Amino acid sequence: MVGLIQGAIVAVRSHYTSDVIVSSLNNKTYIENSPEILNIIKSLPEVEAVSARYLEGGTLEANYKTRTSYKEKPNIAAASVTGIDPIAEDKVTNLSKFIVEGEYLTPLDYDQVLIGSYLTAKYLPIDSPGFTTLRDVAPGTKIRVKVHGVEREVTIKGIIKAKVDEVSMRVFMIDSELRSLIGRNDYNVDEISIKLKPGTDPATVRDILKRNGVDRVAKVQTYVDAQPKFIKDMVDTFALLGNMLSSIGLVVASITIFIVIFINAITRRKFIGILKGIGINERAIEISYILQSFFYAFCGSVIGVLVLYVFLQPAIAAHPIDFPFSDGILVAPVSGTVLRIALLMATTIIAGFIPARLIVRKNTLDSILGRN
Amino acid sequence: MIEVRNLKKSFKDGENITEVLKGIDFIAKSGEFIAIMGRSGAGKSTFLYQMSLLDEPTSGEIFIDQKDTHTMTVNEKTYFRLSRLGYVFQDYALLPEMSALENVVLPLLMQDLKEKEAYQKAENALIKVGLGHRLHNLPAQLSGGEQQRVSIARAIAHEPQILFADEPTANLDNESSRMVMNIFKELHRAGQTIVMVTHEEEYSKFADRIIHLDDGRIVL
Repeated sequence: MVGLIQGAIVAVRSHYTSDVIVSSLNNKTYIENSPEILNIIKSLPEVEAVSARYLEGGTLEANYKTRTSYKEKPNIAAASVTGIDPIAEDKVTNLSKFIVEGEYLTPLDYDQVLIGSYLTAKYLPIDSPGFTTLRDVAPGTKIRVKVHGVEREVTIKGIIKAKVDEVSMRVFMIDSELRSLIGRNDYNVDEISIKLKPGTDPATVRDILKRNGVDRVAKVQTYVDAQPKFIKDMVDTFALLGNMLSSIGLVVASITIFIVIFINAITRRKFIGILKGIGINERAIEISYILQSFFYAFCGSVIGVLVLYVFLQPAIAAHPIDFPFSDGILVAPVSGTVLRIALLMATTIIAGFIPARLIVRKNTLDSILGRN
Repeated sequence: MIEVRNLKKSFKDGENITEVLKGIDFIAKSGEFIAIMGRSGAGKSTFLYQMSLLDEPTSGEIFIDQKDTHTMTVNEKTYFRLSRLGYVFQDYALLPEMSALENVVLPLLMQDLKEKEAYQKAENALIKVGLGHRLHNLPAQLSGGEQQRVSIARAIAHEPQILFADEPTANLDNESSRMVMNIFKELHRAGQTIVMVTHEEEYSKFADRIIHLDDGRIVL
């Protein structure tokens, strides 16, 4: 269950925020001194790629050419219009991978846009009073983008579908075109996603940027900081549920081992009697049963760990489970697994000891002769 | 030497109490071969189990080599059985997943003998009962007579002071029975004290002394 949310978190990190995201302050519409901030970011050796984005609210209209009457319902949708450098964005978020129809943008694709799948009725067939999507649009369709009261006719070059709302509900165009639309000549951007070199702790880069004063003009957050609280609450909730389920699993495993050892001891009661009869110490017999149950638990744990870490986790990481809102991955931290194995071993020892003790305590002669 | 004084054993079944042994006095000298006989239900096996410390008498005293077994703790009795007594059961009582050699070596290892020494003793015991060629066979791969001989090897491997045998030939054919009794005869000749329960007249003749039990008492 944690894997469902974790899949969503991973998706938001890899397709939107990247490792560190710098965004405008709540009381500002853009990041002041963006060019200087970008220079600072790009100078850091930990940084692998940077994508600066311009963001503006706008509307899209599709049937403006065929609509003959003002009474006819306009084919419009509200969208967040995002200006990007397609090459830089692709390096940071692999945006081009999410094209489901048409093609990705090139830096020269003026008057062309990529639209998120959630803005089209084909991919999100919802028509509620507060939320509309574009009908009958596909790559090649001309639509009108209206930002700050300025309209521009553009062609849909591609449709993007990702399980991240910030991607699937946006319209992407070349940054220079959006700058001209909104008249922003100071190159101040609204969002900067920073991809770090592998192994770099995002918190380190966040702190460096804060020490450089970036936090005075923008919010500087790691991908974890940027997670909404409800996501963190869901992770905690699912982790708790996961612990409860694994506790139940532990009880089931203990009961299973208890039953296995009990049946084993019952069916071997005569032989336990013989062992006692010829002078084998009760404690030695009990220890042999504890070792036996320990062996079962150990073998089970080894097989479980191998299946989990050698097969399941890599396989699901390579081919995530396609849930509607995320690509589910298998979350199994080593520390948690080690703890559960330790608990299993401990409960197994008890589960093996109790039935062995019950049988070993029986009268020796009764056991040998099979008397009750 | 075994000395039994006024030994009584009764079993409780709900409200009913069945007195099986009704006050037995008995002495077996060191090196003696004693056969206990009697009709079915006379209390022969029950008497053997009390003497061999496999069961707790209701009352009475049992001394083995002048040691009062009544005062022993459970662990002391267990170790006493392991180190000083040997048992041959009617149904052989071998551990099915262990080979003949492993069955014999197990109690020796439990006596903290070094592995090499224990295995050597176990092998010698099996050779002594004529099973030197069957060391690594599982009980299921042996005939009844051979299994009983493994059981005897297990009982004598640690050179016990007293060997107890409960109907050792009851499940065997004549040839196997004679082979087992000849082993007992050889052991006795070498000085082994043996107490054997049997209902077969023919084999009781191997013993120095025969005692008859009837209705929980020794009869002449």
